Amino acid sequence: MSENLINLYYVINANDFSAAGEASGNVKKKLVQLGIDPAIIKKTAISMYEAEMNAFIHANGGEINVEISNNRIVIVISDKGPGIADLDLAMKEGYSTASDKVREMGFGAGMGLPNIKRYSDELDIQTEVGKGTTVRIIVYIN
Amino acid sequence: MKLHEIIEILKAEVLTGDRESQMEILSACGSDLMSDVMAYVKDNVLLLTGLINPQVIRTAEVMDIKVVAFVRGKIPDSNILELAREKDITVIRTEYPMFIACGKLYKAGITGRGADC
Repeated sequence: MSENLINLYYVINANDFSAAGEASGNVKKKLVQLGIDPAIIKKTAISMYEAEMNAFIHANGGEINVEISNNRIVIVISDKGPGIADLDLAMKEGYSTASDKVREMGFGAGMGLPNIKRYSDELDIQTEVGKGTTVRIIVYIN
Repeated sequence: MKLHEIIEILKAEVLTGDRESQMEILSACGSDLMSDVMAYVKDNVLLLTGLINPQVIRTAEVMDIKVVAFVRGKIPDSNILELAREKDITVIRTEYPMFIACGKLYKAGITGRGADC
């Protein structure tokens, strides 16, 4: 078991578009302060930002728990949104259920989950239609 | 290419940051879709976009992009500029549309490296 160094908690507010993504920025800053390798920081920040925006866009917000230990960063983002009906389809590049409004915001290109998969070391998604989704992302430091 | 040269080529107005910046820009990415921007990781990147909202700055922050150019003469509001200042991101704006702005930079030598976006 690795020693837990830092635990961070954030709420994703569904009504504040300009603040969406702020938690990812804060975690990035924290990782910089800890002197983590910049390539690992970027992987973490992109994965978390995409997942944070997903919760904002699709699920009326949610909450984020981040655990930074000696050898890994674990990010768990949970929401009580509509859930993902077909996860295999959602993992495909270019597939999106986002509205035109979301596309106008620069998201909904169907790259969110594929990007998280691409940049994380481990990705686990638990989802149930009508109940919500929990996305668990792990990035290893060493 | 130095940032101040890019500012000259794009005839850009500097909204945050230093007009005479000696910052080295090695590649550029032109997109209105932030997830597309995040699909490609490069260093010393300039982001050209016609999308005007705070998430452009948040995306730049996550991607370590230090310079954002708003194309098609779009004017970001003060909240966006404030966020950019807070994150130490240079924001410029050009009247050129996306294709022309990208074309001018490409012709001048910013051709990108690896996979393009």
